[in-house]
Amino acid sequence: MATTTPARGAHTPPTGGSGVAPNGPSAWRTRLWRFDDKASPYAYIAPFFLIFGAFGLYPLLYTGWIALHRVEMTGLDQSEWVGFDNFAKILQDSEFWTAVTNTFVIGVISTVPQLLVALGLAHLLNYKLRASTFWRTVILTPYATSVATAALVFALVFRADGGLLNWVLHFVGIGNTDWGDGEWTSKIAISVIVIWRWTGYNALIYLAAMQAVPTDLYEAASIDGATRWQQFRKVTIPSLRPTILFTIVISTIGSMQLFGEPLLLQGGTIGAVGGSEHQYETLSIYLFNYGWKLGHLGPAAAVAWAMLVLLLLIALINWIVGRFVRKSAA
Amino acid sequence: MTTTSPTKTVPVLDPAPLPAPADKKGSRFKLGAGQQLKGGPFTYLTLIVIGLGSVFPLYWTLVAASHDQQRVLDTPPPFLPGGRLWSNIQAAWDQAHLGKAIVNSFIVAGCITAATLFFCTLAGYAFAKMRFRGRGALMTAVIATLTIPPQLSVVPLFMMMSDIGWGGKLESVIFPTLVGAFGVFFMRQYLLEALPYELIEAAKVDGATNIRIVWNVVLPAARPAMMVLGMLTFVQAWNDFFWPFLALNQENPTLQVALGQLSASYTPDQSIVMAGALISTLPLLLVFVVFGKQIVGGIMAGAVKG
Repeated sequence: MATTTPARGAHTPPTGGSGVAPNGPSAWRTRLWRFDDKASPYAYIAPFFLIFGAFGLYPLLYTGWIALHRVEMTGLDQSEWVGFDNFAKILQDSEFWTAVTNTFVIGVISTVPQLLVALGLAHLLNYKLRASTFWRTVILTPYATSVATAALVFALVFRADGGLLNWVLHFVGIGNTDWGDGEWTSKIAISVIVIWRWTGYNALIYLAAMQAVPTDLYEAASIDGATRWQQFRKVTIPSLRPTILFTIVISTIGSMQLFGEPLLLQGGTIGAVGGSEHQYETLSIYLFNYGWKLGHLGPAAAVAWAMLVLLLLIALINWIVGRFVRKSAA
Repeated sequence: MTTTSPTKTVPVLDPAPLPAPADKKGSRFKLGAGQQLKGGPFTYLTLIVIGLGSVFPLYWTLVAASHDQQRVLDTPPPFLPGGRLWSNIQAAWDQAHLGKAIVNSFIVAGCITAATLFFCTLAGYAFAKMRFRGRGALMTAVIATLTIPPQLSVVPLFMMMSDIGWGGKLESVIFPTLVGAFGVFFMRQYLLEALPYELIEAAKVDGATNIRIVWNVVLPAARPAMMVLGMLTFVQAWNDFFWPFLALNQENPTLQVALGQLSASYTPDQSIVMAGALISTLPLLLVFVVFGKQIVGGIMAGAVKG
């Protein structure tokens, strides 16, 4: 956090009390004041930590416990210790590794283009424009659309027969792709849904950061003869580095969670297993399928822990890459 | 960057860069003037293309919702709305408990929004303006929770909810989201600037207790940010899919859950599914048309200073 605590204390004792003798009825009041001042901040932040503790942290740890037990959807109150069997089960399941790969591939092909387009879009929005608010609102409309709605509309667009996209593509002679069935086409279709929903949002985040860049930097650069492209590369991008890192982290975590898009792309029982050949099965789908379709909650919990490990791995890679970039920049 | 190559043309800046126009209401959610370069035809052309891409799928939801399925899957597909919108909506209503789903969605999103506003303003105020031991570390902890996906805890959460009798009930969706890290962070950022220490101290001199200060000083000062946070929270709660889909059942769904189930039925009629999708999106689109500027400003304000 870049913000610093101001030197002046927020809880200066009320000036009225400072001159009064410590004894008498006012002493009790002063002590009450003190207590009020000491306890209030904790009382104000307590709801967050209580709710998070009860419905976030505790279940997170409990997941680890369940992962070591056999728990069935049919008898939620019965559990039987099985040790690392659940982990062994999923790690030996080729479908699990397919899901890991798919999550990773879809994550890359949705995050990279999305952030690049958002960056360019933010640059355009940073120009002086007519109706600038209008443009910003328009590119944000997909953000107001739910995963379910977006996935269902795009499911129609990507349909094999009678799909909007195939109809458009038949004019250039490639109009018979079965998007949902292909190994790559289905992943592309899912990425398109993700990109559509989140590009505008990320563009606004970049735009906010761009507007915080001092104008003199650009003036100095242009006096030095830098072209617009050079200004963008040498002034804008470096100033945006923390913001870009932030969006990379957020998008990566987001892509780990992809669920609605693959579930609804072809719908029904095909969606629940991530495609007829599991070609777009993500980890969330795999977890859902194990836990809620097949009813085995133990392995599902093991999948959750596998996701945690993957997240930590990604964080570690982020950190190493970040260090490397900073070192080579210095 | 210091050397100028004489062959390259120097881009012309506006002769006198205007200062950013002050926002009329003095709100922090202003849309800044930014760089002073003017957008050319290429800029507008690109924006039009991207803008159409952003809006078209929503328009096509309406089109598809207003024809019968046969026509939707025709080649070429329809591009103008047809006349079956109302009957499709009625069909969706019957097939998917849509009426109940709408009420449920409003209850869920309403409760979450109200609670988030209250708790996040309190916590944001404490983090922004009060001094207490462990403040920095606790704030870091709050931010860190943003990086934990819900997937990691759904299995035990499901068991817990059925244990305490909330299985399949709206409580199971409402309670875990009553207060969120983003809201705390957002309110903190806003109050850091919008609430001067002088105001708080003046209230203390007057002998106000802390909770009175919250009520009479902090809440009024936080109003603009609360409005924005309220809308962002509502959008998110309304659109949430993963956990509600696991936690709720067919008889008691939210709109998104109902949609998911509608499309997961054996032979879903696409135009009816689209009618459901349209209904679930419409309230949010309305909010967007009316408060678009504030939402845009809010997202940008929440994004700036980390």
